[in-house]
Amino acid sequence: METALQDLYYGFTVAIEPHNLMYCFLGVLIGNMVGVLPGMGPLATISILLPLTFGIKPVGAILMLSGIFYGSQYGGAICSILLNLPCHPPHAVTCLDGFPMTKKGKGGVALGITVIGSFIGASWGITEMMFLAPILVTIALKFGPAEVCSLMLLGLLAGSTLARGSPIKGVAMTVLGLIFGLVGSDLETGAERLTFGFPELDDGIELVALALGLFGIGEFMNSVNQSAPINTKYSHVKLKDMRPSWAEFKWAFPAMIRGTIVGSLCSLIPGTGPTIASFVAYATEKKVAKNPQDFGFGEIRGVAAPEAATHSSVQGDFIPTMSLGIPGDAVMALLLGALMIQGIVPGPQLIKEHPDIFWGLIASFWIGNILLVVLNVPLIGIWVKMLMIPYRYLYPSALFFVCIGVYAANNDMFQVGEVIVIGILGYVLLRLGFQPAPILLGFVLGPRFEENFRRALLISRGDMLTFVEKPISAFFLALCVILIGAQVYFRLRGAKKDKAAAVIDQSLSSHHLQQAE
Amino acid sequence: MAQHRTRRDSSLVSHVFRFRRDFCAGGLMILFGLVAAVNGPHYRVGTLNHMGPGFMPTALGILLILLGMAIAGTASVGTTQGEADDNGNLLPDHPQWFAWLCILAGPFCFVIFGSIGGMAPATFACVFVSALGDREATWKSSLILAAGITIFGVLLFHYLLQIPMPVLEWKSPIQAWGL
Repeated sequence: METALQDLYYGFTVAIEPHNLMYCFLGVLIGNMVGVLPGMGPLATISILLPLTFGIKPVGAILMLSGIFYGSQYGGAICSILLNLPCHPPHAVTCLDGFPMTKKGKGGVALGITVIGSFIGASWGITEMMFLAPILVTIALKFGPAEVCSLMLLGLLAGSTLARGSPIKGVAMTVLGLIFGLVGSDLETGAERLTFGFPELDDGIELVALALGLFGIGEFMNSVNQSAPINTKYSHVKLKDMRPSWAEFKWAFPAMIRGTIVGSLCSLIPGTGPTIASFVAYATEKKVAKNPQDFGFGEIRGVAAPEAATHSSVQGDFIPTMSLGIPGDAVMALLLGALMIQGIVPGPQLIKEHPDIFWGLIASFWIGNILLVVLNVPLIGIWVKMLMIPYRYLYPSALFFVCIGVYAANNDMFQVGEVIVIGILGYVLLRLGFQPAPILLGFVLGPRFEENFRRALLISRGDMLTFVEKPISAFFLALCVILIGAQVYFRLRGAKKDKAAAVIDQSLSSHHLQQAE
Repeated sequence: MAQHRTRRDSSLVSHVFRFRRDFCAGGLMILFGLVAAVNGPHYRVGTLNHMGPGFMPTALGILLILLGMAIAGTASVGTTQGEADDNGNLLPDHPQWFAWLCILAGPFCFVIFGSIGGMAPATFACVFVSALGDREATWKSSLILAAGITIFGVLLFHYLLQIPMPVLEWKSPIQAWGL
């Protein structure tokens, strides 16, 4: 407890350094901005800015890139509440009660409650990280290659089967990502693999090109000329409207706490990111409420719970990423990739070897979240204006940022070509019902998985049983089996739609209904 | 008998046709798996005790082939795997061939003009071409957008962030690609 506070103090001394503070501020500001913009996600933004951070120190780089991620979560709710556009998946469920509130002229209150709920959720997530991550690390430091391998397998399986869409397609995407990770020179022997004679591919597929192909160009192709006309009839919010009354706050507060708990539970299971957390929180809230009939018609608790859950899960997502080096979703994979480009090996030794990164990051979370609360209130007018930028101006500009970002990664035009090819692939995969996010997970973890797998079998002299004989490794493998078993069981029982999925369907159908009005 | 046979065949064909999205998805995965699995053994597979560089590509390739078969094979179990908004159709309801072409042509122009002309022409071409893809875009609006982004981009990336790419230069294509 005391050491954690001491370390946190040290973290603050790192985060408060002027240039780190500036990167943190820039990160949350840019994040907040792209979070508001429909059609731009944190994934694409982080990938575009990633090459620009190569020149700065690792601490500043990671503070800024994480700032973009949690900053964008603050912006995403604005789009849902004021425009009824579920353009950012974690906030799609906020449309259900947020937009009816806006229609009743209470959009400002909904935004205010969102900001408060977000801060409560995020605070809990950060506190959890402060105390839980060091404990996880002391356990994880005892892991040998076999244990690391099984843990990675569990992370990959959870990341691919628990996310949206069909589990088997998710696993296929992960394997495809692992194969993409093999391209280039082999770590041990230097043999060129799957380069098809392109010397430019010797160093492997560029992470930035992969991410921007899948989540930039692929997404643009998916959403061009698809956007419905934006309804800005209700989106005039004044600053003084944002303060909820005491009664409203008191009514929403228990929902925020419940949302926070749901979010932090979801973040502990790898693969269940903020999107699932917010849907589960909404479903739970509706279930425990005495007035379930009010949900969907502007119930303030239906806004507070999912928003708190999103933020507590966003911060909690950093726990396995930073303490074990196992990312839970694509954004975390990208951040780990950023660390590796800076020459920092992710894993349990990170806290010890780079305390400035770990504790500086936690301190910057506190600073960043307070900044976001302060920023969001006066800037709300500007964000609302930004919502009205039409997509036809947005995507050509974003395409240019994609090109220059990929070029800046290595000053290599070949990689801009790479991004075109991967973009086509990304769109085809989307059309075939795949979710491309697990590709990034597999891609980032792939080389480390292979290294540990080889090492584990070298130690055991080629005996595959080593993975089962070591108790910790066997435990992780058992979890993998349970995970797959549960998926198969629910599939065979025909219980395809769990509660969260039902809410998703409901939210999408009600969204279409309201657009038709 | 023969008649019975044909009917069953046609039902199989229509089945494949109905779930063609999942069959194509499985097929694509099998294709990717084959590429890895066929190329893997060329790099020396080695033994479990001492794995060569070819072990992983081969193993993952075979795994992906199996997964592809499973995706195609279970197409009948659930009618829609994944986020099928338009049952099994490969193309969306309103295919945007022209917009897609413009989006892909944008970065392509960036490569071409960036190699021979520098950052300013590359940016202009990239934004202009891709902006034409929107159904509401006009020549004029695209030109204005492209000009604005070019000025902004050059200021930000060349002068402020110092990306090593000349603003304006002329390299003949022979120089640029060694044709």
